[in-house]
Amino acid sequence: MNPHTKWFAIRQELPKKRSILLGILAFLLPLAIWSAVSYVPGMWHPMVRVSDVGHVDYFQVGMLVEREVFDDENKYMQEAGKKQAIGEPSNPIYLPAPHIVVKALITAFQTEPIRRGEPWLHESIFHSVQVIFYGFMLSAIFGVPLGILCGTFAFFSRIIEPFVDFIRYMPAPAFGALMVAFLGINDAPKVAIIFIGTFFQMVLVVGNTTRQLDGALIEAAQTLGANAKNIVSHVIIPGIVPNLYRDMRILLGWAWTYLIVAELIGASSGISWFINQQAKYRNYENVFAAIIIIGIIGLSTDIFLSWIGKHIFPWENRSKSSIFVRITQFIKMQSAKLREQSANAS
Amino acid sequence: MNKLQLPDYKTPDPEVAARFDRIQQRSVVLNVDHLGKVFSGGDGDITALQDICFKVHRREFICVIGPSGCGKSTLIRILAGLDYPTSGQLLLDDEPVEGPSPDRGMVFQGYTLFPWLTVKKNVMFGLRMTGHGKNFAEQEALQWIDLVGLGKFANAYPQELSGGMKQRVAIARALANKPRILLMDEPFGALDAQTRAQMQSYLLQIWRNVDITTLFITHDLDEAIYLADRIIVLGAHPGHIQEIINVPLPRPRSTDQFLDPYFLATKQRIEELIHPPVEDEQEILPMIRMTQSGDDIL
Ligand SMILES: Nc1ncnc2c1ncn2[C@@H]1O[C@H](COP(=O)(O)OP(=O)(O)OP(=O)(O)O)[C@@H](O)[C@H]1O
Ligand SMILES: [Mg+2]
Repeated sequence: MNPHTKWFAIRQELPKKRSILLGILAFLLPLAIWSAVSYVPGMWHPMVRVSDVGHVDYFQVGMLVEREVFDDENKYMQEAGKKQAIGEPSNPIYLPAPHIVVKALITAFQTEPIRRGEPWLHESIFHSVQVIFYGFMLSAIFGVPLGILCGTFAFFSRIIEPFVDFIRYMPAPAFGALMVAFLGINDAPKVAIIFIGTFFQMVLVVGNTTRQLDGALIEAAQTLGANAKNIVSHVIIPGIVPNLYRDMRILLGWAWTYLIVAELIGASSGISWFINQQAKYRNYENVFAAIIIIGIIGLSTDIFLSWIGKHIFPWENRSKSSIFVRITQFIKMQSAKLREQSANAS
Repeated sequence: MNKLQLPDYKTPDPEVAARFDRIQQRSVVLNVDHLGKVFSGGDGDITALQDICFKVHRREFICVIGPSGCGKSTLIRILAGLDYPTSGQLLLDDEPVEGPSPDRGMVFQGYTLFPWLTVKKNVMFGLRMTGHGKNFAEQEALQWIDLVGLGKFANAYPQELSGGMKQRVAIARALANKPRILLMDEPFGALDAQTRAQMQSYLLQIWRNVDITTLFITHDLDEAIYLADRIIVLGAHPGHIQEIINVPLPRPRSTDQFLDPYFLATKQRIEELIHPPVEDEQEILPMIRMTQSGDDIL
C-alpha cells in the first residue's frame, strides 16, 4: 500500500492537502467544542439568565442564577401561587460565547480605558512587546556568546554551566520581589524577569547546540590553517547558526510565558494588566480576546521567523535558493527583457 | 585448483626498479621516527601504534593499508597534527610537527565541506585563513576547481553535489593551500564501486599534474596497488608495520594493469599479510531450512 494513502505511517510525511487540513482542524476542533458548549442548550449551561423576575424579590433582569436556585425559587412561587420567574439556560460569566469574544476582539481596541490616563489595549500590547523585546534581546546578547564559548572551550563549560544549571531550577518569578527592590517598580524589573527566565536556559541550550556541530568540520578547518579565533568565527558560528535560530524561536516562546508574571510585579502593566483589569470588571470576553491576541502575536512571529529562516539559510534545503538570489535573478531577467524590448523598439 | 604462476613482486622490471632508485634520491618530506601511540582509557591502555618508522620522499605516493582497527586513522591523525604521539617523533622537512597546519592538507573519509559555503568559498577557505587576499584566493580557487573538473559547480552548495564531487572539492580545498604533503584517510570509502574507480583515476590524473607528495589510507587492496609507489602494510594489536612494499608497476598507471602478473603478485602478498589463512576446520552442520520441507532446494 502506498504509504501516502495512510493517515498513520511511521515517519512518513502526509500529503500536503492532508497536512493543511489537519492544521485547520487543530484550530476548528477546540472552536467547535467551545461553540457546542456555548450554543447547544443543555450541553452544559449550569446557570439561568433571568429575563423576567416574576415575584422573586431579589432577582433582577439579566442576573445569572444557578439553575438549582432558580428552580427552587420557582417552586416556592408556584406553591405560594405567585408569578414565576422566566429565564434562559446560560453559561457562567467566565465562559462567554465565541461570537461575543470575536466582537470583543474588535471592540476591545475601540473601548476607551475605564479610567482616564490608563492605556488603551493597543498601548498595553505594545508595552508588553517592548518588555519581551528588551528582555529577550538582553538575554540573547549575553546568552548566545556565552553559550558558544561553553560549547567551544571546556574551560567556560566547566566554570559556567554548573552554576547556570543551578540557577535555572529557580523559577524566574521567585526573583520578582528582589528585582523590584533592586530596580524599582517600573519596566526594569519586568525586563529582568524575562531576562532571568530565558538567559540561563539559553546558555545551556546554545552550549549544547554548539557541541553538536560535527567535530570533523573543525578539524578540517584546523588542517586548512584556521586558528582558534577563525574557527569560532568562520566555522562554529556559521555552522550552528541555523540551529541557533531555531533555538531562539523556541526560547522566545518561553519569554512570553514569563511575561504574564513579569508584568504583575511592581506597577502592573501591559497586556496582563489589561487582562486583570478586565477580569476585575468581569469583562471576561475581553480577557479571552486578550489571551487570543497573545496567541496570535506569538504564532505569527514564529511563522514569520520560520519563513525568514528558510530564506536566510539557503544551504539548509537543497531545492530552495535564497530569496535574495531569487530576487536578483528576477530583476536580472526583467531588466534583460526590458533591454530586449527597447532594442526591438529602436 | 592450479595456482597462477606469478612473478616475484620484489623483482620488478629494471625500468621500474630504476624509478625506485630515483625516488630514493629525492629529499625526504616526512620522516616518521619510531612513532607510538597509547590511548589511556578507563579500562586499561590500548596500544594503537607501536614503533612506526618510515620515510616519505618528495612526490611519492604512499598507501597505508591494514585491517580494520589497526590504527590507520590514528596514524594519519597524528601526521595531520590532530592527535599527538605518545612516543617517537615526526619530522616534516626535518622540522618537528606541532599541531595541525596548512602544510599538511587532509581529506577525510566523511564529507567535511562547510555546508554554508559554496564550492568556491570552500576552496578559498584555507587561502583566506592563511592570510591571502580575497581576489587572489578566488583566482586560485577557481583554478583548483577547474583542475578537479567542477568548474560548472563553483557556485553550488555542497548539498547539491554527489559524494564523489564532494570529495573532489575536498581535494581541491586541501591542495589550494599548497601543502607539503596531502593526507587522505579512506577518502573514497563511502563511495560506490563505480564512482570509486572514477575517483581513483581522477586522483592519479591530479597527482600527475600537481607536484604533491601523498599519503593515502585505504583498506582496498586494488586501490592501494593501483595508486601507490609504495604500500605500507600495517598489522593489528598493536598497530605495527608488517612490510613496506614497492609496487612493481610502471607509471602512468592504467586500469589494464589490474590483470598484470605483477599486480596480482603484489595483491597476493598483501592478501597473505592482512588475511592470514584460517584453518578450515568448521564442522559441517545440517542445513537449516527456512521453508516447509518438500520443495527441492538442491
Ligand atoms: N580516542 C581513542 N581512545 C581510545 N582508543 C582509541 C581511540 N581512537 C582509536 N582508538 C583505538 O585505536 C585502535 C585503532 O583505531 P583506528 O581508528 O586508528 O583504526 P583504523 O585502522 O582507522 O580502523 P578502520 O579501518 O576501521 O577505520 C582501535 O583499537 C581503537 O579502538
Ligand atoms: Mg579509520
